[in-house]
Order: sequence, then structure tokens, then C-alpha cells
Amino acid sequence: MNSIQQIFQKNDKNLLSIFFTAGFPKLDATQNIIKELGENGVDFIEVGLPYSDPLADGPTIQHSSSVALRNGMNLDVVFNQLQEIKSMNTTPLVLMGYVNQIIKYGEDAFCKKVVACGIDTVIIPDLPMVEYENHYQALFKKYGITNVFLITPQTSEERIRKIDSLTEGFIYMVASSSITGAKGEISAQQIDYFERIKAMNLRSKLIIGFGISDNETFTKACEYGNGAIIGSAFIKSLDKNGVEGIGNFVELIKG
Amino acid sequence: MKFNPDKNGYYGQFGGSFIPELLYPNAKELEDNYMRIIESESFQKEYKALLKDYVGRPSPLYLAKRLSEKYGATIYLKREDLNHTGAHKVNNTIGQILIARELGKTQIIAETGAGQHGVATATVCALMGLECTVFMGEKDIERQAPNVARMKMLGAKVVPATSGSKTLKDATNEAIRYWIQNPKAYYLIGSVVGMHPYPDMVARLQAIISEEMKWQLKEHTGKENPDTIIACVGGGSNAAGAFYHYLEDEEVELIAVEAAGLGVDSGESAATSQLGEVGVIHGSKTILMQDEYGQIVEPYSISAGLDYPGVGPLHAHLFETKRAKFMNATDKEALTAAYELTRLEGIIPALETAHALAVLPKMDLKSDQTVIINLSGRGDKDLATFIKHLEE
Repeated sequence: MNSIQQIFQKNDKNLLSIFFTAGFPKLDATQNIIKELGENGVDFIEVGLPYSDPLADGPTIQHSSSVALRNGMNLDVVFNQLQEIKSMNTTPLVLMGYVNQIIKYGEDAFCKKVVACGIDTVIIPDLPMVEYENHYQALFKKYGITNVFLITPQTSEERIRKIDSLTEGFIYMVASSSITGAKGEISAQQIDYFERIKAMNLRSKLIIGFGISDNETFTKACEYGNGAIIGSAFIKSLDKNGVEGIGNFVELIKG
Repeated sequence: MKFNPDKNGYYGQFGGSFIPELLYPNAKELEDNYMRIIESESFQKEYKALLKDYVGRPSPLYLAKRLSEKYGATIYLKREDLNHTGAHKVNNTIGQILIARELGKTQIIAETGAGQHGVATATVCALMGLECTVFMGEKDIERQAPNVARMKMLGAKVVPATSGSKTLKDATNEAIRYWIQNPKAYYLIGSVVGMHPYPDMVARLQAIISEEMKWQLKEHTGKENPDTIIACVGGGSNAAGAFYHYLEDEEVELIAVEAAGLGVDSGESAATSQLGEVGVIHGSKTILMQDEYGQIVEPYSISAGLDYPGVGPLHAHLFETKRAKFMNATDKEALTAAYELTRLEGIIPALETAHALAVLPKMDLKSDQTVIINLSGRGDKDLATFIKHLEE
């Protein structure tokens, strides 16, 4: 059982996951951000590896990535930071990065470091199912690493079933046809999609992300999924209020 | 054909489809339909008719006598510069617009660097009465003003890409992000890059170049094949078209010329095969310029059309298997070659094309050697650069 499945065993409702970009707003902010998020009751944390060309990300995460890279963030720095707090941190971490970063670092070396940081779950938004099955599944299995798949309003039922069968833990349910940082309310069309997926009775848990930004959208998402992920809204808050504002941010989301 | 991609879009270890799940249905729809459409009689009839009457094909295969004399070989120029809109790019946009129409798409999006593909896309959209949005790096918009004006006159919306380095790679990122948010749009990629099936589809649509070269050379010389074919490579669409029907003819030497910028080792270069390593860019596994942590590096070349940090997966495969020889030319060598062709033959080539011409002095040419250079585009768009260097 992986670290996220252990969370689900304790509680599988209204789970809050927060995404942040490692190295933003400061190179050495990683450990404090994780500590604050954990202490304020966030259920699991996504650590984003800043990338030069983040195709699935909107302007907010793009900006945080550029700043992080300028601050000197790279995979070795973030792995060191995460290893240092491994023994103190009790909130499960999920690593999120683009496939080119993993190829360049060396797939095997990457997996070793992930494990050394006490992490067992990764999200790679540009690694599609066929590439995962052909080139990564066996390797990840060897290291006990779980890959999280995304589904979208356009993903066919057949494909969702297949993804469900490959999943250990949760499916990342993209709330709308958008890149990260979409804003506004949850539309009737999205509710139809949420209901359609809920009615499929998948064996995997569902965590909803993309466009979840406040208490209202978080609460709505939790009616249909087991929890939700907030990224861009958190990064904006970090930018404005710094690490000190984290407690307040989480409180506002949870309501 | 051993140079065709496999069912997952791989040429050897290169290619594939590394895309966010959001794009999967779009890429799948195209993958499931492109071969059926391209091979259909109705498509072939309309595509060929437009290439003939609208583009002005076949483009001549011209024996460049004075250039041949200078280099002591028989040199032919494949005159893609004489196509409507001034470059080979239109072969692909004509084909893809027919595919888009067949798939019932009404909104077209495209990326552009120098603006040639943007103009070729805006042109076919005007021709078909389809809505056109072109993404272009903010920096390129500044340095390619005439092409921006042409696109606008043709009715296209030009959207500046303000992320990253604000050039072609970022324009491509922005086009892909827009496509994610507007899945009903058709993404008309301009080179043999991107996720499967684009590299194969664009190569097939540019293959008309070598299809014509085959019969034209025979008509001129009685020979089946030339000894050597030279083409410049950014993403690599004109080279893919010029090489396509010769890939299996192993006796034909294929030379791909990359832009060395200020020199391969100067830190200001776009010679991807020399400086790149295996990685993923714009949905394709290929060779690309990146730092030790896989962050994509911004290339440099005087020519905006060769200013791409990757290369199409077919070319990465041709490089790895040594089927093609990869050479390069600096900014300065390209400028010199452009002036030379202009003065010897009265043809002003595009800066991109000038890189292909610039390797002639570096080759050990034999008197009985027949060389075809793909003259991919004309140089009108580069006049400001040429004038600046004329004064120097």
C-alpha cells in the first residue's frame, strides 16, 4: 500500500492536496512550505519540479517555474531538500514533473532519488498510458513507485476503465478542458461530467484538480470526488503573503 | 519502408506521442484518419490540383550552370522558392487544410517562427474560408514584421507568445496550450515535429518535392538518382520532403545542414544534432538542446526558421543510423552563400536555404557528381538582414 492509499484508509472524504513549485518564491522555501502545509492539516502535498516548457500549465505555474529556475532550483537541489526533511515530515509527498526531466536525469537515477526522499507517488502530465506501459511500468514497479494518471472530460469510458485498472490509489480528475489555473465557478457541464464519472463506480479514488481555487469550488469538487488539488491559487497566495500566509490560506479553503 | 514510423509513431527510438491526456482524443482522431484521407482518391485529386493550379507546381529543377562551374560538379536547384507564398511550407498547409476540412474542423491554429508557415496557413485558411489563429513569439513578431502584416491582411489573428524565450518553441507551447483549451480546433503544425502522427503526416505532404525530383532529374539527365541531396534543417520539413523518396536508395548521399549560428561551440548555435541529447519536446522524443537537468535551451541562428531547439524524430533517426550526414553552416557562411547565389544565378534565397548552399565549399565535390540542393524558400523576407550586411 502506498502512502496515499494509507491516507485514504483513514479518511476518504474532503481531502485537500496542495501543489507548489519547488524553488518558488525562494530557493530554500521548500522545507518551510511543506512544514506549514502539514501543520495546517493538508492531507498530501504535490511538489512541482520547475520546467522550462510546462505544456499543461497556465501563466501562474509557468511564472513560478521561471522564477524557481532563475533561483537556481534543479532536481539535485530539490532531492537534497526533500531528503533533509524526510524524517520530520509526516505528510505524504507526490512529485510532479515533465517527462523530459526524468529522461535527462536518467530514469533509474530518478527513481532511486524519489525512493530516497521517501516518496512513492509521481505525476507526469506528459507521460501517456501507452508510453507508461511500454517504458515505465516495470521500472516504477521495481522501485515501488506509483504513477498517477489524469482523466479529462474528453477521456472515453473505455480509456477511463483501463486507467482505473492501472491505478493504485487515485485518479487525477481534470475538472475541465483547460490548462492549470483556470478560474471561475464550476459549470453545469462540469457537474454532468463529475456525475458521469461518479456513476462509473471506479475502484480508484478520485481527486479533482485544475480550476479549484477557493472554498466554494473545493466544497463542490468534494461532493463528487474524494478530494481536490489546489495549485495556482496557492502559488498566487504564496507570492502575495509568503509562507506566513499558508495557515490562513488553508483555513479559507477548508471553510 | 524501414523509414516509416511504427504504429506508435516511432522511428527507431525517436518519435512517439508524449502529450497530456487532454490532447489524447485530438491526436487519436488524427492518427486514426490521416492515412485513410491522404490515400483517398478524392484527397489526392484535390491536393494535386491545388498544388498545380494554386501553388504553381511542379517547381522547376534548375541546372545552376555558373554555380556548377564554380564548384566543379553538376548542381541542380529544386525551386521551392517559386511556390505561391515563397517557400515549401505551402505543400504541407494545402494538404493539412484538406484533412482538417474532411474532419469537419472550422477553426485552424498554427505556430510560426519566421512567419513562413504562418503565412502559408493564413493563405489556405483564406482560400477555404476558415478561421485562422497564428501563435508567434513576441520577439519574432518584432523581427519579422512583413510576414506579420501578410498574415493580418490574409485575415489571420496573430497572437504573441509572451512566455519563455518568446520565440518559436514558445509559440508552439502556446498553440498546444490553446489546443488543450479548445479541443475542437485543428492544429496545423508546420514541420515534421510534434506528437505522432504529425511528423509522418507532414513528411508525406512534403514528399511531393522528391517525387518531382525523381522524374525531373531523369528528364534532364536520364539518371535515376542524383549522387547527393542537400537541404537545410530546423524542424526539418523541407529536408524530409527532399529526402523522402530517396531514403531507401542508400547510394544517394543525404546531407542535412543545421544552423551553427556564431559557431557550433560558441554557445550561440542551433546545431541540434551536435549539441543536443535525447529528450522530449512538443510531444516527440528526439534530439534536443537542453541543460544537464533537461531544461530546454534556447537556440540561436540568424535565421528564424532554423531557430528550433529540437529536430524532427525522422531526422534524429537518420542522424543516429547515419543514413543522413549532418553538416552545419554559421550565420556568416550562410550570408556569404546567399550573396554568391544571388550574384551567380540571380536568385535571392531565404536565409534558411542559404545554410544548405553554404556547405558547398566544405565538400569534396567530384566533376561527375550530380548534386540537388533543395532551394526551400526565397529571400524577400530577409532583405532587411541582407541589406544590413551589404553595408558592412
